[in-house]
Formats: sequence, structure tokens, C-alpha cells
Amino acid sequence: MNIKAFSLLLFCVGFLACAQEDTTIETLENDYSHEVIIDNIDIAWGMDFFKDGSFLVTSKDGQLFYHKNGNTSKVADVPNVYNRGQGGLLDVKIHPEYPDKPWIYLTHASTQVDEEGGHTALVRAEFKDGQVSNMKTLYKAGPNTTKGQHFGSRLEFDKDGYLFMSIGERGAREVNPQDITRDGGKIYRFNEDGSIPEDNPFYMLENSKKAIYSYGHRNPQGMEIHPETGEIWVHEHGPRGGDEINIIKKGANYGWPIISYGINYNGTEFTDNTTMAGMEQPFYYWVPSIAPSGMTFVTSDKYPELKGNLLAGSLKFQYLEHVAFNDNGVQKREKLLDKIGRIRSVEQSPDGFIYVGVEGIGVVKMLPKS
Amino acid sequence: MKIYVIPLLLIFGFFINTEEDNTSIIYTPITQEKDLQQSIKDGNAIYSDFCIRCHLAKGEGIDDIYPPLADSNWLSEKRKESIKSVKYGLNGEIEVNGKTYNNNMSSMGLTDREVADVMNYIMNNFGNEKRELEQVTLDEVSNISED
Repeated sequence: MNIKAFSLLLFCVGFLACAQEDTTIETLENDYSHEVIIDNIDIAWGMDFFKDGSFLVTSKDGQLFYHKNGNTSKVADVPNVYNRGQGGLLDVKIHPEYPDKPWIYLTHASTQVDEEGGHTALVRAEFKDGQVSNMKTLYKAGPNTTKGQHFGSRLEFDKDGYLFMSIGERGAREVNPQDITRDGGKIYRFNEDGSIPEDNPFYMLENSKKAIYSYGHRNPQGMEIHPETGEIWVHEHGPRGGDEINIIKKGANYGWPIISYGINYNGTEFTDNTTMAGMEQPFYYWVPSIAPSGMTFVTSDKYPELKGNLLAGSLKFQYLEHVAFNDNGVQKREKLLDKIGRIRSVEQSPDGFIYVGVEGIGVVKMLPKS
Repeated sequence: MKIYVIPLLLIFGFFINTEEDNTSIIYTPITQEKDLQQSIKDGNAIYSDFCIRCHLAKGEGIDDIYPPLADSNWLSEKRKESIKSVKYGLNGEIEVNGKTYNNNMSSMGLTDREVADVMNYIMNNFGNEKRELEQVTLDEVSNISED
């Protein structure tokens, strides 16, 4: 065997090894233990806490549950839920001024309008004394398709009271994410009543979807306000490799699918470019993909070793990822609750505990170490 | 030639009319199974949309997490369970090709037709073709229930 062939062989072996091996993440010697809080929701897709510590949790197949004082009760069957593939009832968000503004917000894949298939919708309802009423659709993306992919979706309020929502590109990367006249592959911004702020970046453009705040996204399933800077942070699924953390800027293009750190699922490439003028670079990108879902910043003193850092669920590798970062980027990654199951959602409760939605289980509470 | 067609049409017309008048006749719908090659082709599209993220492009799966569909003993030995898992989801421990997996796959919300197509795609790819498995039909999928 000549040297060329040998080095090619070495290169190939090295590449194959890198393809699935995640070399920059660490495993804990003493992992956290957990307590199961809800044990009968197959996919607890989204959660949000009231100030009294009670919380709402969505089940992907369309039900909304309310957990208070150890009891879990169903409070709504959300209508028109398109429970197919990645679609279903998705996120839930409580108005930050609750109970003065007694509103809760939901996103779901929706069958609404007379086309076959579904697309993502934003819904608002009133929540009082454990009762849901006045449910109303504020926004419905279109057109519907029967694709099972990339509905998003997460919700978050910023400090000025605007509501942000993510919608994935519905498995149509050549059509949706770079086109601001079409829904999908976008972060949207609304007023609390669902109306569209007139200073949205593309509001004045003819034919544009006026709710768009940023574009060029693939499928964002994590979104959280940074507790100090007030920025909206998002993570999104890449293809094979190239999941990203992005900090959302008004009117910015995040590049999908023109630039990406990933390749197709079948191993072929779809772009040579990882950077391009006029397109944002991610704050961090994952290769290999972890399939991130759910995101929270830890502000609590209950876990001093995590404080100030980011947590993201991994659907693919079935752990909670601890991402330690500073202004220079990500400094350290660790697996928490390793092998617990596909992690769908993560939230910090008002009393400082980390709650995690795990597929096949329900909701668990991660117990501090002391 | 043309002239002969007219009386023929009249005769047929007569029969059709009499049948319409007779309301006691009960029709059984004829189920025609999709051509296997077409089913495999349609199943490929379903696979790329719903399955590929976890089971990967060649059905190889991921060690200890997502069981392989490639050259899988489950497809031949647990045919009914295989179809059922695609139709309704699967939770808990299974053994595939001698290795144990314990995970949760939720129901994908596919139609019975789509379940049959994606099963045919998997059963005729990834090294499963040598097992020469019988075509999964719409009837077969429809007759599988959750319990």
C-alpha cells in the first residue's frame, strides 16, 4: 500500500469516527438524581410556571394539563391539533404580568382552513381558577402541507412585552426560510393581543409576512430571554450536524439553507458555505447534532455549579446538556441526567428547581447535589 | 362497424338502468392493493420525512439508543409488532439483532396506507430484501389494533 492510499484510509477512518462521536462533551462522575413529578404524559412538549409554583404542561397529542400541589388535572383539549410527525400541541407561555393579564399562549400544528395537512398556529386563552376559556387563534401560518417536519415552535416574551414565536420551515428548505413573503423558517414578533407591531422589520414591504422578525431558520425548538441582557436566544435543529444557538437580531438572516455546518441525512452535501456576507454566524454550533429541544438559563442558587449557564435538552442522545459560556463563546459542555430519555422541554421553577419533560415518562425534577 | 355499437350501448344501458332500479343489491367495495414498487417508492418519501432522523439513512440506527432497521430480525420474526409500532408507537424494552434497546417512539400519525408503504420500503431496503418478506397490505395494517 502506498502512502497516499494509506493516508486516505486514515482520513476516512478518522472521518467516520468523528461522524457520530461527540468529543467536546464531558460526562459527570456523579450525575444528578431526579424525582418524577408527572408520570403519565407521553410527550410533555412545553411547560411554564405561575409565580405560586403551579405550572401548565402541554401533551403533544393535544391536551393541556395543570399541576398544583401534587395534583395534575387536564384543563383543555385544544381543538384542530395536527398530531403528525413532529406536529402536535407544542409550547405554552404564561403572560409575564399574570394574573393582572390572565392570558396564556399556546402554539400547535393546526389543521385550520380547508387545505389538507397542517401548519403552525398561535393561540391565546384566558386562565382563571384552573379553568381555560375564550380560546382564540391569533395567527395561523400557511399553506398547510402533509409534511411531518419542522413546525417549531417556542414562545417567549421580551422585556418590552413583545411575544416572540418560532416556526420551522416545514421540510421545505428551498422554498420557505429565505422568502419573507412565506411562512416558516422564521422568528415572529407580536403584541400581546396578537396584533403585529408596526415597527417589525418587514412591516412596510409589500407582500411580506408582517409578523416576521428574523429569517433563515431551520427548526427552532428552544427560545429563552437572557436574564441579564434581555436578548432572545434560540437554538435550532440542523440537518446531520449543524444544530445552532443564535441570538436574535431584528431583521437578520440566519442563513439556512445557504450556509450551514451540517450535511444531508444521507451524507451528501447541500452547501459548501458556512459563512456569507449578510448572514449571521451562530453563537455556537453542534457537530454532531444533539437534536436540541427546550432551553433555559439557570439563575437559581440551588445549582451553583450551573448558575449563569444554559441548559438544553438532547432528543438524540437523551441527556440534558449544560452549556457553560462567556462573552468569548462556549467554554464547556456536560451531560446531565445522562440516558434519562429523549428530553423535550426544560424550565426553571420560581423556587429555583430545574424541571425537565422526558418522552415516555412525563415531567421530572432535577435534584440539587448538596 | 359504428352502427353495431349503438344497439350494444342500448342493451348495456338497459341493464344498468334495471340495476339502479333494484335497491336491494348490496355492493362490496373492491380493495385493490397498491403495486409493490409504487408502495416502496411512496414509502421512501415517508421514511425521509418521519424516520430518517433517528434510524438514519441506511437504517443503521444509533448504538444503544435507536435500534437498527437494517438487516433486522424484528421485521421477519416480529412482523405484527413492527407494523404496530409504526402505527401506534412503541415504548419499553425490545431486543433487536441480539442487542437490547429501551426507548420511546411516539405514534407518527400516519395513515394506514402510509404505514404499509413505509413498511414495504424498509422491508425491501437496508439488507432486508434478502429476507424476502411478503408485501404489507393496507388490509393487514387496518386489521392491527392497539391492544
